[in-house]
Amino acid sequence: MESNFILELIGNNIWAYLVTALIPLIFVVVYALVAILGELKIASWVQDRLGPMRTGPWGIIQPVAEVVKLLQKEDITPRNANKPLFNTAPFIVFTGSFAAFAAIPYSSKFIPADINIGVFYIFAVSSFTVIAILMGGWASNNKYSVLGALRSASQMISYEIPTCLSIIAIAALANSLSVSHIINAQSGWFWNWNLFGGQGPLYKFLFIPFTLVLFLVYFVGSLAEANRNPFDIPEGESEIVGGYHTEYSAMKFAMFYFAEYANMYVVSSMITILFLGGWNSPFGNFLNSPIWQAVWFIGKAMFFVFVQLWIRWTLPRVRVDQLMHICWKVMLPAAFVSLIFISLLGVIN
Amino acid sequence: MENQNKIKRYFEGIWTGIYTVLVGMAITWKHLWGHKVTMQYPDKFDPLKTGFIPEFSRNRLFVDIDKCIGCAICQKDCPIDCIEIETIRASKEDPEAVFPSGKRMSLWVSKFDIDFAKCMCCNLCTENCPEDCIYMIREFEFSVYDRMNLLCHFSKMTPEKIAEKQKIAEEEKAKKAAAPKQAPAAGQKPDNPKTE
Repeated sequence: MESNFILELIGNNIWAYLVTALIPLIFVVVYALVAILGELKIASWVQDRLGPMRTGPWGIIQPVAEVVKLLQKEDITPRNANKPLFNTAPFIVFTGSFAAFAAIPYSSKFIPADINIGVFYIFAVSSFTVIAILMGGWASNNKYSVLGALRSASQMISYEIPTCLSIIAIAALANSLSVSHIINAQSGWFWNWNLFGGQGPLYKFLFIPFTLVLFLVYFVGSLAEANRNPFDIPEGESEIVGGYHTEYSAMKFAMFYFAEYANMYVVSSMITILFLGGWNSPFGNFLNSPIWQAVWFIGKAMFFVFVQLWIRWTLPRVRVDQLMHICWKVMLPAAFVSLIFISLLGVIN
Repeated sequence: MENQNKIKRYFEGIWTGIYTVLVGMAITWKHLWGHKVTMQYPDKFDPLKTGFIPEFSRNRLFVDIDKCIGCAICQKDCPIDCIEIETIRASKEDPEAVFPSGKRMSLWVSKFDIDFAKCMCCNLCTENCPEDCIYMIREFEFSVYDRMNLLCHFSKMTPEKIAEKQKIAEEEKAKKAAAPKQAPAAGQKPDNPKTE
């Protein structure tokens, strides 16, 4: 197990696996606090405001205050809700998001579970949340919740197809579905990243237009899958109050909130794995030790979290018909064409 | 031809979609790092010192009681009745009943209270003042720990002085009542039954 330094340190026993499972959990909690602060700050900076400034220096402990506030709030279950489903939905949402972290690497020395279908696993598990969203929305016994849940289900299922096709194309390019294999195939300088056609001799320039298209398709699709703007019609506050989490309060609401932020990191790290060379340093062997690799990986993923927030405060929400147009008439053909060309070029070689 | 146009429009649509998103993101990027308009009011923003206060801003009312003639127009103008004025008729022989400007005073303003808890800063009272003695000043921080501190007394008369002037006014009134009437009293109308 050279991909998990904890197993080398402690040995192959249950404690090592517990620690391996605990590190991503701590990472998610810390990351969620940072992302909440980032959301607050970027929202206000884009609107020429200062954002939270009173809690701590420059308001940096505002997310902690928000979590404490949510912990203190009353936990309300509507009288006519379906109680078992209503109460389990938030936990299933978070389980779905967190389970994906099992296969997300941090550096070449720490991949919690280095399975040979890692990319497939991450994709499959993170689409688990749609069940929980549908469950929570239906169990709330509220029209807004049901509408939000239905919109969410239709959106997430539609957008899974083009994103899935772009993953297949990259898997064809790298000849593997394993996270570590895909990343190792992009080692070296940044022009070896899949975004720029992957590693290979000069003919790789033929791939570049298609990988750029796939990158766009995957990025747009991941926005839709994480229910982020401009595809946040399942939670459209101005139309359907809060969508599927209208009836949730206190910690159960926090779980939905938490899962959304965790999902943002999952899709961002998927972009990093598939297109941006994962943990590899952009400058060959320069700063490429395992610790620096973690910095590179988290940095690249956080950059895409930032881009998601940036887009959220730039674009208005799309209409449902526009949403379906983008998915079925634009992204799907583009992903298909790219997949066919990449597979053809792969076969010819 | 028709189909070609359709295809052209399809690709143009995709291109405009991507291009306009990038334009929008460039705009938000500029604002992200640009100048912020928020002023952190009590900490880093002192309008009284920096003079950042608009010329015609509606802030706190002030009454220059040395000029007030006690006409109570402001009291009548106030839409929420936050001004309370009481006056005493000044005797013509009283040597004290003179404004600092030298004009003779016909009414002592014994009470001029403004309740800033009620005041909505509509500026109506200042419009009609014949002496321009009620006006807005630059102070705008009203916060106090006790609600009663918002009730401002502008009259400078002490209770003793009020009692003294009241006594003089009553004596004069009694003198007038004792004096023979030159004209029949016009003010004794019966109450109008329609209003009840």
